[in-house]
Amino acid sequence: MSTKSVAESVTTSGKQTVDLAQQTVRDLNQALHDQNKELTIAEWEVLNPKGEHNLAVGLDQKLKVDIFGPVGYYCAGMNKEADITVHGHAGQGIAENMMSGSVRVKGNASSAAGATAHGGFLVIEGDAGSRCGISMKGIDIVVKGNVGHMSCFMGQAGSLVVCGDAGDALGDSLYEVHIYVKGSVKSLGADCIEKEMRQEHLDELSALLEKAGVDEDPKAFKRYGSARQLYNFKVDNASAY
Amino acid sequence: MCGIVGLYLKNDKYENRLGELFAPMLIAMTERGPDSAGFAVYGDEVDDGVKLTLRNEDEDYDWSALAKDIEAKLDTKVEWFQNSKVAVFKVDIDAEAVENYLMENHQDVLIMSSGKSIEILKEVGLPERIVNLFHLENMKGSHIIGHTRMATESAVTMAGSHPFSTGMDLCLVHNGSLSNHNRLRQELKREGIHFETENDSEVAAGYLTYRLQQGDSLTEALEHALDDLDGFFTFTIGTKDGFAVVRDPIACKPAVIAETDDYVAMASEYQALTTLPGIENAKVWEPEPSKVYVWERTTH
Repeated sequence: MSTKSVAESVTTSGKQTVDLAQQTVRDLNQALHDQNKELTIAEWEVLNPKGEHNLAVGLDQKLKVDIFGPVGYYCAGMNKEADITVHGHAGQGIAENMMSGSVRVKGNASSAAGATAHGGFLVIEGDAGSRCGISMKGIDIVVKGNVGHMSCFMGQAGSLVVCGDAGDALGDSLYEVHIYVKGSVKSLGADCIEKEMRQEHLDELSALLEKAGVDEDPKAFKRYGSARQLYNFKVDNASAY
Repeated sequence: MCGIVGLYLKNDKYENRLGELFAPMLIAMTERGPDSAGFAVYGDEVDDGVKLTLRNEDEDYDWSALAKDIEAKLDTKVEWFQNSKVAVFKVDIDAEAVENYLMENHQDVLIMSSGKSIEILKEVGLPERIVNLFHLENMKGSHIIGHTRMATESAVTMAGSHPFSTGMDLCLVHNGSLSNHNRLRQELKREGIHFETENDSEVAAGYLTYRLQQGDSLTEALEHALDDLDGFFTFTIGTKDGFAVVRDPIACKPAVIAETDDYVAMASEYQALTTLPGIENAKVWEPEPSKVYVWERTTH
């Protein structure tokens, strides 16, 4: 592994390339975090990720990061402001706890994509594994393929769009997430029901599909959401929350 | 944790390089399992009789004397070679006769596996050390499955290491934990399945052996396993001609499969697949819960 710092190899084009065959994940993440102090390089390319964990985590700056190849666990976790694209597959917990910015996965993603994320936009162009959007708190997720079982489990806010099929127990113990599925749903989880697709939902779905660059007809989707029988939010008690 | 890996060749293109391709896969899973590692390699098949992997803790154990003793007492010819504390014996009589003789007369010799094709090698320590100890990179064969262990449920010992083999050519590696293994072990013992350890994964291997003895195909045995095994598991299973992957209905233990025209490879994490030839263009996916994936050679 080279000891040359990432900063020493700045390209003249203004786009920084980090080759993980030459440098460590720690080198990469430190270099990206250094941009929080002073933004000098906005565009980054990462080569040879080879399924390494924790790539481009905790970014807190308006950066564009392209990772060429498959990534391991927790890539782009805790992202804030950065736009990160994985040109490959992603392991567990892609964009976990994202706050803002965007993450796009060109391949498939493993379990818990977008888990607990408070904001931002996640697009998975392939399939997502189980528990996609588990406990999501405001993120919008668009999956062009299928999602696995227990997706959106305990989802609280935001939207999940599935252009393929959904596995078992979709939306189990759901709070207020809007779920749109074009294909089949193997089963709905506790307190998750199919709901009427009103104009406001068609508008929301259209905007999400367009933002994701997905050519699908919003009218082909069904909407699912919480029956609100399982949790005990009462508007009379709103001042207590 | 624990890491599991497997490589099954769909044709003979890479048979001479099986160990070389597999060694980095096993080492890549070190962070998931630094306590012990092991692998079961299938190849060098015997036409008649059986191949046994035997082990003795004394590296200077006199395997030659044991071979001569078996030849004399069981009226058979023995071909053998040694690899560290392990010796592979090829005999031209059936397995049960040799196993019974060893259990009665050579109790210091541990039978790691028996079958037409399988050899099991495992040891306590870091995967890289074990790869080098057994010269994995030089090994040839048709398929291989391996395990790196982070012990949770039983002691860090060679016996508690994976893979586990409980029947002819059958072998299993497990990431996860079973919750009903004690009762199941008792039931299987009554059916004549023999166990060497208190390890939960050995019960899963024993269960599959039992189902196969009942006439199940590998797919049927694994479908029954989904009904009868309780707990978390990603299993990879090897048989003489087959290779299978299955995950429990919750599927919280990771797995990824890559397939090309030349091979099927599985691993707990993609990191273990990155050194395989043509991986950039392989079909890569995460196996679904409760779904049995089986590849079998029809002609061998």
